[in-house]
Amino acid sequence: MFQEFTWEFIVGHMNYWLFIVLMMTGLYVVVARGNLVKKLVGLNIFQVSVFMLYISVGKVTGGTAPIFPTDMKIDPDVIYSNPLPHVLILTAIVVGIATTSLALALIVRIREAYDTIEEAGILEIESAICREENRIHGEAMGGRG
Amino acid sequence: MLVITALAVVRTRSLFAVVMLSGVFSLLSALLLVTLDAVDVAFTEAAVGAGISTVLMLSTLALTTRHERPSGASPAIPLFVVLVVGAALFYGTLDMPNFGSAEAPAMQHVYPEYMERAPHEIGIPNVVTAILASYRGYDTLGETAVVFTAGVGVLLLLSGLRRRRREDGDDDDDEEKEEERGQG
Amino acid sequence: MRHHLILRVVTKLLVGTIILFALYVQFHGDYSPGGGFQAGVIMAVAFILYGIVFSLAKVQQVFPPWLVHKLVALGVLIYAGTGVYSLLTGYNYLDYTALNPSYPEYGQERGILLVEFGVGVTVTGVMVAVYYAFAARTPVISDEEW
Repeated sequence: MFQEFTWEFIVGHMNYWLFIVLMMTGLYVVVARGNLVKKLVGLNIFQVSVFMLYISVGKVTGGTAPIFPTDMKIDPDVIYSNPLPHVLILTAIVVGIATTSLALALIVRIREAYDTIEEAGILEIESAICREENRIHGEAMGGRG
Repeated sequence: MLVITALAVVRTRSLFAVVMLSGVFSLLSALLLVTLDAVDVAFTEAAVGAGISTVLMLSTLALTTRHERPSGASPAIPLFVVLVVGAALFYGTLDMPNFGSAEAPAMQHVYPEYMERAPHEIGIPNVVTAILASYRGYDTLGETAVVFTAGVGVLLLLSGLRRRRREDGDDDDDEEKEEERGQG
Repeated sequence: MRHHLILRVVTKLLVGTIILFALYVQFHGDYSPGGGFQAGVIMAVAFILYGIVFSLAKVQQVFPPWLVHKLVALGVLIYAGTGVYSLLTGYNYLDYTALNPSYPEYGQERGILLVEFGVGVTVTGVMVAVYYAFAARTPVISDEEW
């Protein structure tokens, strides 16, 4: 498998590996940190690196932005980069901002309900509520039995 | 520089700095996107990521806390998960075509067809807008509906009567009732 | 923000330029990078900037919340309405040749302009409405603690 690691191969794939490193950094922030706002920022980083990975697939060496000249005299020698990933990523960016704003609204409400936005603190409060409910439930069942 | 910014986000404990770093990350990625010939996407990413996103996150910080409390859990399991996923992705990219090659599968099939048809059928210079609004107009309709739904969702979540500003108390009640009547 | 005189003066100069730029990006989406989403975000930024530097009450005098909520729905209505108009005149849904049956190319241009306008209106409304929702809450951290 390692015979094909020529210099040309490495240079040609370096961009994918760089974006994978960025993606993994974002994923690490989401998984390893407890604060909800920081998780959201990590998710944002992950999202943007996926976009850049996708768009780098559409680039052609020696190409230019996919916009024709204003008088529409198209030079047949000019290569244009692929506009299809651009369209997809535009939609994805807007959907990303929509989910980010919803997540931020949820974080504000969580803060008001639990008085903390750390994951550990929220889990603690939730488990305390569960224990309390189990105790009351057990007493009710025991009382009836 | 992007990697340095991302690593700084991992390590910083002050949330204000983290939000600013995310704005910087968005701006740097917009610059990178321009060199990748994606000018529309760079425009949108700069406006959305470095503008609206930062403002909304700062408003959220003003309504919550400013510092992150350090978690006691060890970073071993997340690091292991991240390394495994990274290795799997790396193995996947070994099959992908070289950066910038014109014979990649993404460049066949639909792309030459669109570039030939767009000047005649639609006649506007910006091909990305042509595809977005005309050839793939349904997707854009769905996306507008998603933005609309997100707006409605945020309004539903954050327009409760508790914690409203106490400046004009009666007006808030009336507006809340009007919204409920409008949504019902 | 009562003390920051430079901010207030500069904002008053900038807000008009930003709105003009947003309209430029909206209607030149055919010729240069731009279009509905970018224009909507930039227009919303103008109002949000005014709301940050002056107070929320002042920006709500200019752009009241009931108008914002109506605009959010109006944009989607314009977009879907273009499609329905195509249906009513006998073509397929969102077929832009219905807008100018004699010259299909001009019909495409008109259709794209209309559709992008709808998108821009909705995005402006949603961003400003979300900002109003966040800014209307009592902040936990006071201004001096920052």
